[in-house]
Amino acid sequence: MTAAVRSKAAPRTGVDWFLTFMRVGLSFFFISGVIMFVLQQIDPQNPIAGVLNPDATGLTADQFEGLIISGLSQGAMYGLIALGYSMVYGVLGFINFAHGEVFMVGAMTGMITSNKLEEAGLWEDAFFVSLVFIILVAIVCSTATAVIMERVAYRPLRGSPRLIPLITSIGVSFLIQNISIVLLGPGAKAYPSLPEWLSQKRTVLFLEVEGTKLMVILVAAISMAGLWYLVERTKTGRAMRAVAEDKEIASLMGIDVNRTIVTTFAVGGAMAGVAGILWGILFRSVIHTTGFLPGIKAFSAAVVGGIGNLGGAMAGGLTLGSAESLAPLMVLEPWGINGVSQLRDAVAFLVLIFVLLVRPTGLFGERLSAEDRA
Amino acid sequence: MSAPMATNETLPARAALDQEWRKVVNHGLLLALVLVFVSLANMPVSLDSRMIIEPMLSMGYLSLLWIPVVMGFIVSSEKVLEGIAYHAKGAREVLAGGLVGVIGGLGLSLLVILIDNFNLRDPLVNWSPALLDLLQFGNGIGFGVIIWPVLGFGLGVFGGALHIFTAMTRTIVGWVVGAVLGVAVFETVIIDLLTERLPFEFITDWFYFIRGGLSQQGAVTAALIGGGLGYLRVLAQRGVVPTPVQDYKQLVGPERTRANTIIIITCGVATAILPLLLGRITNELLANVGLFVLLALGLNVVVGLAGILDLGYVAFFAVGGYATAILTSPNRGDSWPDWVPQSHWFAALLVVILLAILTGLFIGAPVIRMRGDYLAIVTLGFGEIIRLLFLSDWLGGYTGGAQGVTNIPGVDLGFVEIKGTDPRAIFYLVAVFCALAIYVSWRLEKSRLGRAWMAIREDESVAEAMGINTVNVKLMAFVVGAVLASFSGAIFAAKVGSIFPTSFIILVSIVILVVVIVGGMGNILGVIAGAAVLIGVLGGPKQPGLLAEFSEFKLLIYGALLIFMMLKRPEGLVPNVRRTRELHQEEFLQDAWLRSQVDADEQDGAASGEVAPA
Repeated sequence: MTAAVRSKAAPRTGVDWFLTFMRVGLSFFFISGVIMFVLQQIDPQNPIAGVLNPDATGLTADQFEGLIISGLSQGAMYGLIALGYSMVYGVLGFINFAHGEVFMVGAMTGMITSNKLEEAGLWEDAFFVSLVFIILVAIVCSTATAVIMERVAYRPLRGSPRLIPLITSIGVSFLIQNISIVLLGPGAKAYPSLPEWLSQKRTVLFLEVEGTKLMVILVAAISMAGLWYLVERTKTGRAMRAVAEDKEIASLMGIDVNRTIVTTFAVGGAMAGVAGILWGILFRSVIHTTGFLPGIKAFSAAVVGGIGNLGGAMAGGLTLGSAESLAPLMVLEPWGINGVSQLRDAVAFLVLIFVLLVRPTGLFGERLSAEDRA
Repeated sequence: MSAPMATNETLPARAALDQEWRKVVNHGLLLALVLVFVSLANMPVSLDSRMIIEPMLSMGYLSLLWIPVVMGFIVSSEKVLEGIAYHAKGAREVLAGGLVGVIGGLGLSLLVILIDNFNLRDPLVNWSPALLDLLQFGNGIGFGVIIWPVLGFGLGVFGGALHIFTAMTRTIVGWVVGAVLGVAVFETVIIDLLTERLPFEFITDWFYFIRGGLSQQGAVTAALIGGGLGYLRVLAQRGVVPTPVQDYKQLVGPERTRANTIIIITCGVATAILPLLLGRITNELLANVGLFVLLALGLNVVVGLAGILDLGYVAFFAVGGYATAILTSPNRGDSWPDWVPQSHWFAALLVVILLAILTGLFIGAPVIRMRGDYLAIVTLGFGEIIRLLFLSDWLGGYTGGAQGVTNIPGVDLGFVEIKGTDPRAIFYLVAVFCALAIYVSWRLEKSRLGRAWMAIREDESVAEAMGINTVNVKLMAFVVGAVLASFSGAIFAAKVGSIFPTSFIILVSIVILVVVIVGGMGNILGVIAGAAVLIGVLGGPKQPGLLAEFSEFKLLIYGALLIFMMLKRPEGLVPNVRRTRELHQEEFLQDAWLRSQVDADEQDGAASGEVAPA
């Protein structure tokens, strides 16, 4: 039920005009910023390039490469979190606002485990074994959080008005954040430093990539491949897709709907756990609010890619990650906005609003059952 | 007879050992988990300084001790629906409560042993000797290990025994506990009220210990008063003693209107006189509560009446605050052109209203056609964007960036200047705007617009089919909410004197949402009660409440409360009748179905001359 379809049937109202104005305005803002940036890159003395921001400096090829790589590695992480939002939305039709906190639990358990491993001297010596170990621990804890959440807070609310589970999930998110504060203390906590050989830059094809970021992208790709196999090739996956399509018919076909929903939460939780570890490795610092913004951004990624669409969630994550990393310098700076790095988060939200205005079904189309689409 | 049995008579009480063991063990383990969590959350240690009854009971111990009682009660309470057989309660329930308590107590004993032998202080910051000492009651490890199962048993038995008390005893016990806790919690307010202007030191000296907390004779007196009131309540329920509430409910027509007028005038006069009797701290508290009442009334229009979940509500609060600050402060950003005047607060208020309307339209228009849950996230995004813009260097020349806007003058009324150093004056200002907001919400609720909002809340498609212009009506909700929030922002700016972006984080939106939901969505009285209870007692996002010791835990409690209310009582403490029906539609239908089955059975039974076996 997009505004575009509706406007053909009904006369245009003030709101429609306003929406059109916003769509055009935002598109103009993005496109002209990029054009200005490109012009400036081609020739810094270009008279058109300096119209809006005479002070813009542009980017060197190295900076550009660095931004893309860090955008992609963050985007891969958003993508992993977005899978959880997308799957739960596909199956239950509500936004599990607390999914970001599942991610935070993963990052926190990773912090605790890796610090303990470092005390034991295993972190440096057997890095890959330790890494696999903390990923497993994080998966177990995140999955447990997601499953308990479903059992305690969401299952009793199935079939209630749409906003009720959403509000509950806000409460769950709030509660988990504050449990983390009272148990683990309010300050930021650090991961142990990574081995030297990992953070070195190395050349892959023609790109120079930091080893950590490469590893993040690889781990995300492996997890995604595993998820794809689970959903598309196994019986469990088929059950999940059937429940997302139509719960009643699925249960008539002999599928245990409750169990499938729990599986969905568990798989989403496991992905968020992996993402939590990747966050810890990328930023090496975790705090109780770690889950909030990445959570919302990952939801945005799920919407950008088309909610309910797993490939779309991953692609949306990569899109949002790169947009967030590039847009401040490619769009905002040419417009003469200073201090652009402060506005990274604002850009992410702007992308969400823009996509919902222009193409509410997402870039790759949403996959929802008819009742959830209403 | 297939349908559930209709029984007014009860089944006989079961034997004490006829337990559902699994249920008992599950509840016991849950209790153990909760107790260990509360201990490790440091509640007992950090609340220990606040005494309830000197020297016997501190709030720290209370934070542990109430849980076994509640759990002992829950383990044997069963939901009795119309037509379901009801077991008489007896020794079984008491024993179940006790067993649950023992298992829970064993959990704490285990914790005591673990803390004594291992050091897990690295991840768990509260794994401390102080906690160990407190859990042992300062008496050594052996005592600590033994005392908790014993205490747990006692408390659990009490909880279970609540089932076998008569309704009268239960009511009286409830009132006694409530009275003692109430007198203890409201200590600051009561002392302030009785001694600041009034000469009643002898009462507070009787009730309270010098360093805080109830004295023993005070606790006994409070318990006696509570018990007496509870007994009166029981008598009133039986119709022996008439109560004003019942009298009021029987009034109809012009008499009711007259009663309403009297109530409103009394409340107004009380609101006007009360601050005069109170001191600074309590007035400050009242002013904070007032600000949140104003915010909550605005959000109530958006969420409660129109059913739009706006998570970026703080944006309007921020716009009101910043606009007032910029227009009245001499210390605003440097980039403003000269023609932006430095004006009086009331002149600024007009601009604030205009800006709030524009912001409401600007945020409302793009989101109005989205699905309800997308709308929530996008409004949240708008709230963050607005805060980030206020914080950014880009607009720093206008908004001061992270340094904010300082030196905001108070409200100059000619004869007196209302500013933050005089919380009483601020409270009066807030009260005036609250009165306005209450009047507006009340009139709107009954208006054509209000009915349109409720229709949309219940079913948007049907509302549209009925000829309601859903887009305009929803936009109106946004605008009304925005204006009320901006009032609150304007007063907030004048009150605190300097504002920073950190005052307008998303947390504020969520706290307001909790206030509205706990109070009762769509009910003005409920929203006010919610703000008074939550903000007044626990405190706002940054403002301390009556229980200042709770500041570490209030957000935890807010989160838990939000989940609890959504699961058990989505209509809130003071429910709105229509909203309740919407939320419990299925239960109403089921009750109706059961009742019809029961009726059919009875007719059946009557026809064939059978008597339903019990």
